Amino acid sequence: MKKLLEKLTEGILMLSGTVTTVTVLLIVFFLFKEGAGLFGKSPTEDGFTVAVNHNNPIDKLSPEQIKNVFDQNIVNWKELGGNDDSIILFRMDDLLSYYSEDELGGIDTNMSLLAQKIDQVIENNKGVIAFISANEIPKEHHSKLVRIESIGLGSFFGGEVWFPTSTPVAQFGIYPLLMGTLWVSFIAILIALPFGLAAAIYMAEIADSKVRGILKPIIELLAGIPSVVYGFFGLIVLVPLVQQLFNLPVGETGLTGSIVLAIMALPTIITVAEDAITRTPRSVREASLALGASQWQTIYRIVIPAASSGITAAVILGIGRAIGETMAVLMVTGNAAVVPHSMLEPMRTIPATIAAELGEAAKGSLHYDALFALGCVLFIITMLVNITVEMISKKGTKNKLR
Amino acid sequence: MIEAKNLNLYYGSFQALKDISMKVPEKSVTALIGPSGCGKSTFLRTFNRMNDLIAGVKIEGDIIVDDMNIYAKGVDVDSLRKRIGMVFQKPNPFAKSIYENVAYGMRVNGVNDEKLIKQTVEESLKQAALWDEVKDNLKKSAYALSGGQQQRLCIARALAVEPTILLMDEPASALDPISTSKIEELIHELKKNYTILIVTHNMQQAARVSDHTAFFYMGSLIEFNETKTIFTNPENQQTQNYVTGRFG
Amino acid sequence: MKGRTKKRVAELIAFNLFRIMSASIVLVLFSILAFIVVRGIGVISWDFISKMPEEGMTKGGIWPAIVGTMCLVAGSMLFAFPVGVLSGIYINEFVKDNWFKRFVKLMTNNLAGVPSIVFGLFGMSLFVNTLGFGDSIIAGSLTLGLLALPVIIRTTEESLKSIDKYHREGSYALGATKIQTIRRVVLPLAMPNIITGFILSIGRVSGETAPILFTVAAYFLPKLPSSMFDQVMALPYHLYVLSTSGTDMEASRNMAYGTALVLILIVLILNLLANFTRRFLNKKIKQ
Repeated sequence: MKKLLEKLTEGILMLSGTVTTVTVLLIVFFLFKEGAGLFGKSPTEDGFTVAVNHNNPIDKLSPEQIKNVFDQNIVNWKELGGNDDSIILFRMDDLLSYYSEDELGGIDTNMSLLAQKIDQVIENNKGVIAFISANEIPKEHHSKLVRIESIGLGSFFGGEVWFPTSTPVAQFGIYPLLMGTLWVSFIAILIALPFGLAAAIYMAEIADSKVRGILKPIIELLAGIPSVVYGFFGLIVLVPLVQQLFNLPVGETGLTGSIVLAIMALPTIITVAEDAITRTPRSVREASLALGASQWQTIYRIVIPAASSGITAAVILGIGRAIGETMAVLMVTGNAAVVPHSMLEPMRTIPATIAAELGEAAKGSLHYDALFALGCVLFIITMLVNITVEMISKKGTKNKLR
Repeated sequence: MIEAKNLNLYYGSFQALKDISMKVPEKSVTALIGPSGCGKSTFLRTFNRMNDLIAGVKIEGDIIVDDMNIYAKGVDVDSLRKRIGMVFQKPNPFAKSIYENVAYGMRVNGVNDEKLIKQTVEESLKQAALWDEVKDNLKKSAYALSGGQQQRLCIARALAVEPTILLMDEPASALDPISTSKIEELIHELKKNYTILIVTHNMQQAARVSDHTAFFYMGSLIEFNETKTIFTNPENQQTQNYVTGRFG
Repeated sequence: MKGRTKKRVAELIAFNLFRIMSASIVLVLFSILAFIVVRGIGVISWDFISKMPEEGMTKGGIWPAIVGTMCLVAGSMLFAFPVGVLSGIYINEFVKDNWFKRFVKLMTNNLAGVPSIVFGLFGMSLFVNTLGFGDSIIAGSLTLGLLALPVIIRTTEESLKSIDKYHREGSYALGATKIQTIRRVVLPLAMPNIITGFILSIGRVSGETAPILFTVAAYFLPKLPSSMFDQVMALPYHLYVLSTSGTDMEASRNMAYGTALVLILIVLILNLLANFTRRFLNKKIKQ
């Protein structure tokens, strides 16, 4: 009986032991299942197509090209590799500029008549591109349907426009979001690093135990403050400050986000770096001092190089944290989904995009799947960060003397 | 001239060294022996003020090195430590090349003349009997050396700043017998130019390498005499018990 | 002598620079705290704590958000604490030092590094949609619980690891089985640190916003939940709403200060409590 109970307990323990593994696998499964839904599909609204004159040599367009055409950034077919014809946009509402009300009489009740009229417009204008519903195309049509490239990894990572609700074609290019994320995080670490390292060195090597006893809880508290509170503080205090300081139209910029993130990344950097510094063997320190080196010389010539792998790990971990941070960034960076040119412009990060848009995306829609695909990207980045840190710290321990 | 005068040392309320007075003979080897926790290592570390690094240490009394009390106010600890080399229990090379390990002491003491550094590195490695083994691999990491070689590197590193005194804290305790005998030979060579203080718990080693031996027990200096006398005809009964192995 | 002063000056400059930079971190923390305390203290009153939000969340109180956060903390800990402690025990006491242990540890580290918004996505996909819980306390609690797991597992592991071998050996020597030894000897000794970790993870969970955005949090819901399948308001999300998307942002600013102060107070109190518990329980064990 006792034996059985012990076996049972051990079984329960083992089940619990695998919980994190199971969770990670489940996260991978659900994230990638939904995220994969984005790829291989056409980014147009259901039931809509794009048609052109049958003499037009173009028979395939990318989502980004279509967007540029309808935004009138591209105005001649030449730019798309076609004939030298100016592009004429056509949507349902434009039908009235081709026909008078009288000519269109009765089409409300007669779908096929409407379709024929549209077909005629396309037939008569060789530069036309029409965005129409699929049932507005007659069975016997003169127009040519343009194939729209489906979403692939290339257009997902390389596309410079993120505009999931754009018509006629939704845009799922994450390049601006990726850049926004990387820039905001990178600058944040650049700000946090000198302070974090200084504090780590100060706590590990210089401060006496009393000062350390005060600093440690403060760092813990800094780590414990919820990210919305940082966001709130940033919004009320830093945003106006940045706006005034740089004389900007808005204070919600990449830089503001970086400053808030820097404060939030400090505890991670300090704790991990301090750990690495304290782990440097005492005897190596003493050897340096015994040779007449000052304490500072010992720190920067011996201790810091010896702790360098730990310090690198701290930096990478800090970047990882910054990349994944959501709320504070969402509140202070302005969230403009454009490829950033300067830190003083609004930027938008991947986590902020998910948080801001998931509420509006209908379940199962392309937009919904796209946000999960963003989640996958985020997941992969943080996974890479973790594995790198793991490898660095393993290498670090190997190099240390017994 | 090295001398301790009425030296007391406290870790907080615990007294680790009790009223120790002792004159260390120059250009010879003095061994400090005694059971663990007797204060011999602590005593050794008072000569280059290494105990300063431990929080809560209080020191009374004087240590005179070259007519100067090293515990007097205004003493520059860094330049004191430069004059007193130290070799530790376990080899503890820096994570640098062999060359840079030896050059380190000069660099931190403001020597910039690369030619002089190079020359000193070679001399020090020769003195430490390591030169022939490493002269083609000076750029290699010090970690690539064997334990015994690492310890001789640490000795070379200490010699490079041209100290007059060498403190050795059980320098062979982490080494195999062959490496140990190499270190002992080296000590024999070095005493021609340096005053050497060595802590050891290996009595045969003390007998082999030292000219004078000091026996410590419970923080006190029990007996200090020529090594021959300590091992063959000690005055004190406790010393007799220890060296003959009848001791806890 | 010249070299000596140069060395000293360099050291003096470096150390003072570090001192100033460390002090500036302290200054930043205190300015954040001071700002929120000064602006928020006037808002906090019994009515603020105990009343429903009124007039488009510009007046009244934050009671439903407090209750919601309490429900989420309780729910997530009910799940994460036992599972996390058991998992920590298993990893530290039962798994031999082999690839499996390294793998499990790597996975725990990985889970700890997963951004909170990804937990939100995952919780929405699994609990809200696939399992059909809808936006509910249970979906939010489970999501938050998974987020808190790595912290609890790690503190458990660390506390177990720090216990001397001789405690275990003493128990084995008396004929106790492994599980008896863990239950009666090892766990009681490790408890202070495990509880400290538990308290700190409560703080973490009560401040998280991203994981609850799409699993439970309600924009405005002036009633208390009646079952675990209800939606609730929550303090951190409420602060987000008040400061970025309220109906009248200027008018709700005061409410936001008050909510931020409540959040900070929770973290502050939990931190103090954690330190106190660690000291108190450790002392009690030694007696």
